Amino acid sequence: MNLEKVIFAFFSILALTLNYGFFVGELDDITHHNVYELFAALIVSLIATIMKFGDRAHMGALLLATSLVADLQLIAAAMVWGYVVYVAESPLEPSVMSSIVSLSGGALLANLTSVILLVVETVTFRR
Amino acid sequence: MHNVISLLLRRMRLPLIILISTYAISVVGLTLMPGIDDQGNPWRMDFFHAIYFVSFLGSTIGFGEIPYPFTGAQRMWTTFSIYAAVVSWLYAIGTILTVIQDQGFRRVLASSSFARKVRRMQEPFYILCGYGDASRLLVRELSGHGIHCVVVEKDQEKILDLAVEDLLDYVPGLSEDATNSDTLIAAGLNRPNCRGVIALTGDDHSNLTIAITSKLLAPDVQVICQSDSKDSAANMDSFGTDHIIDPFEIFASRFAMMFHSPGMYLVYEWMTAVHDAPLSDFKRPPTGTWVLCGFGRFGKAVRESIAIEGVKTRLIEADTEATGAPLDTVEGRGTEANTLLEADIQNAAGVIAGTDNDANNLSVLITARYLNPGLFTVARQNQQKKDPIFRAADIDLIMQPGTIVAQHILGLILAPLLGDFFRLTLNQNEEWANLLVSRIAGVVAEVTPETWELEISPRQAPAVSGCLIRRDKVLLKDICSNPKNRSELLPCVPLLIKRDGECMLLPDTEECLQSGDQILFCGRQESTYQMRYIVNDHQALDYIQTGVDRPSGTVWRWITNY
Repeated sequence: MNLEKVIFAFFSILALTLNYGFFVGELDDITHHNVYELFAALIVSLIATIMKFGDRAHMGALLLATSLVADLQLIAAAMVWGYVVYVAESPLEPSVMSSIVSLSGGALLANLTSVILLVVETVTFRR
Repeated sequence: MHNVISLLLRRMRLPLIILISTYAISVVGLTLMPGIDDQGNPWRMDFFHAIYFVSFLGSTIGFGEIPYPFTGAQRMWTTFSIYAAVVSWLYAIGTILTVIQDQGFRRVLASSSFARKVRRMQEPFYILCGYGDASRLLVRELSGHGIHCVVVEKDQEKILDLAVEDLLDYVPGLSEDATNSDTLIAAGLNRPNCRGVIALTGDDHSNLTIAITSKLLAPDVQVICQSDSKDSAANMDSFGTDHIIDPFEIFASRFAMMFHSPGMYLVYEWMTAVHDAPLSDFKRPPTGTWVLCGFGRFGKAVRESIAIEGVKTRLIEADTEATGAPLDTVEGRGTEANTLLEADIQNAAGVIAGTDNDANNLSVLITARYLNPGLFTVARQNQQKKDPIFRAADIDLIMQPGTIVAQHILGLILAPLLGDFFRLTLNQNEEWANLLVSRIAGVVAEVTPETWELEISPRQAPAVSGCLIRRDKVLLKDICSNPKNRSELLPCVPLLIKRDGECMLLPDTEECLQSGDQILFCGRQESTYQMRYIVNDHQALDYIQTGVDRPSGTVWRWITNY
C-alpha cells in the first residue's frame, strides 16, 4: 500500500463529493446551494492539486491538469459570487446563482475525470 | 530546467498544503464567530470579508477590525489565526531556503544551467575532461586563440578555480565524473559543433574510459588522450583514439635530441612554445655518465632514449623491486649525500631528478650540486604551482608534464600541419636545423615565434582565390610582403606547403600558390594580422603585385584611367 496514493485518492474523491454536494439541487434556487460547501470544495481541490506538484509521470501530469481545471472553475464560481454581492452590490438573483452553479458543474466534470483516471491507474496497476 | 522546477515543486508540497489549510480554517472560523454590527444587531462576517481580513492578517499588515469593531469571540479567533498564519509562512519560506541551499538541488541547478549553456554554443568547441595543470594552461591558450571549450572536472574546488580564472572567453564548467557517458553527452559530445574530446584527468583508466565512450557515441569526434604508460597507450590506440600523448616519452625524445642535434631541439621547442614565452636560451648537455634518480615511467623513458645517444646512466631508486630496476642500481632516494656518492656523482656529467615528488627532486639537485658544482641539472616538476621554487633553484632543464601536454595538444588543434612538419624534419641533418634556427631567430624578436596555418580557399583567403580564378599568378612571397611597403618582407618564415597530400618543406618564396594549398608559417605575431589583411583585401594584394595603389571606386578609377 502506498500512503501517498491513498491520501491523494482521498482528496480527489472528497473534492468530487463536496463539489457534487454543492452542485445538486435546482440550478437557480439559492437555498439549495451552500456557500460553505463551495468553499470546502475549492480548498480540497487546491490541496489535491498541490499533491500532484512535481509528479513527472504521465498519469501524474494528467491528474495535475484535470485538477487545475477544477480549481479554475471553482475559483471562477467564487469570484462571480463575490463580485455580484460585494462589488456590484446587487442581490443574488436566480440568474447569477445558476451561472455560479453551472461553473461548479464544470468543475464537477473535471473532478469526475480525475477520479476516473485514478480508477484506471489503479486497475492497470500490477505488481 | 524542467528537472529543477519539478524538484522545487515536489519539496514545496507540504508547506503549501499547510498554508492553504491554515488560511481555510481561519476564514471559515471567522465566518462562524458571532459578531455585532454598528446598530448592535447580531452579525456574522461573510466569506468575502473573511478572505480579505485573513489575507492582510496572514501577512501581518493589519488594517484594523473591519467592517465593524470585533466582539470577544472574533478577537480570540483572530489571535489564533495570526499565530497559525505566521508559523505556516515561516515554515514555507524556511523550506524554500533549505531547498535552494540543498547540495543536491544546487547540483541539479548547476548541471541544468551547464547543459543549457552548451546547447546555446553555436561555434565549434572542445570538451576538456579534467582541470589539472595541463588543462588550465590549455584553456587559457585556447580562449586566447578564440577557440571555445567546456570543462568537466570531478573536483568541485577546481571548477571554482575555473570560474575565477581571468579568461578571454566564457568557459562553462561542470563538476561531474567525465567517465560517465551522460556527463559527456550533457557536455555536448553529440552536438554537431563538437570538435573533439580531450581527456586529461590524470588517471590513465579514466582517460581510457572517456576515449572509448567518445569513440563509440561520436565516432567522428577527434579524441585526444593523455597516457602515462605504454599499456594504456596501446589500448587507446586499438580503438582509434586520434592522438595519444605521453609527456614522458615526448620529453625523453626531446632530451635525447638535445644531445645529438641542439638545432633541431630548438626548432621543436620554439614551434610548440606557449604564447609570448621568452625565447629559451639553450645549454647543450654534456655527454658522459649521468646519474638518474627515480626509475618510474619518467626514468625509464629518459634512460631508454638517451641510451640510444650513447649516454650512460647510473640509477638511484628507492624501490628497486617494484620498478624492475637493473642490478647495479643504487638503492636509496638520492636525497642524501651517501647514495649520491655511491652513484659516483663526483665524476658524473649531469643529474636527472625524476621522482614523482617535487620536494625530493629539488633536494636531490641541491645535494648533487653541492657535491659536484659542475653538474648539468635536469628536474621533473610535477606541480605547476611549484614554479617559483623551481625557477629559484637555477636548474638547467625543467620538465613540466602539464606544459608539455598542453603545448602538444595546442599544436594539434591550432596547426595540424606541425605534425607533418616535424615528421619531415626527422630526415634533415643538423646543419639544416641550424640554418632554420638562425632564419627564425632573424625574424622574431625576444619572444617565441607564433605558428599559424593558412589555406588558399575562398573562405580563408578570398583575395588570393579571386586572383587564382582569374588565372593570375600569386607567389608565396606576395602574401609574405609588407602591405605598407612591398619591398619589405613580413617577419615570418613559410615552413611547409601541403598540396594534394604532398608536403614541400621550406618552400621557395617564388613558389606559385594553387587553390587548396595549406601553408604553415612561423614568425612574429603581428605578421599574422598583416598576412590575413593581404589575403582578404584585393587592393592590398594588387598593390603588392603591381606596386601601384589603384583606386577602388569606379569613379576614381575612371578619372585616373582618363
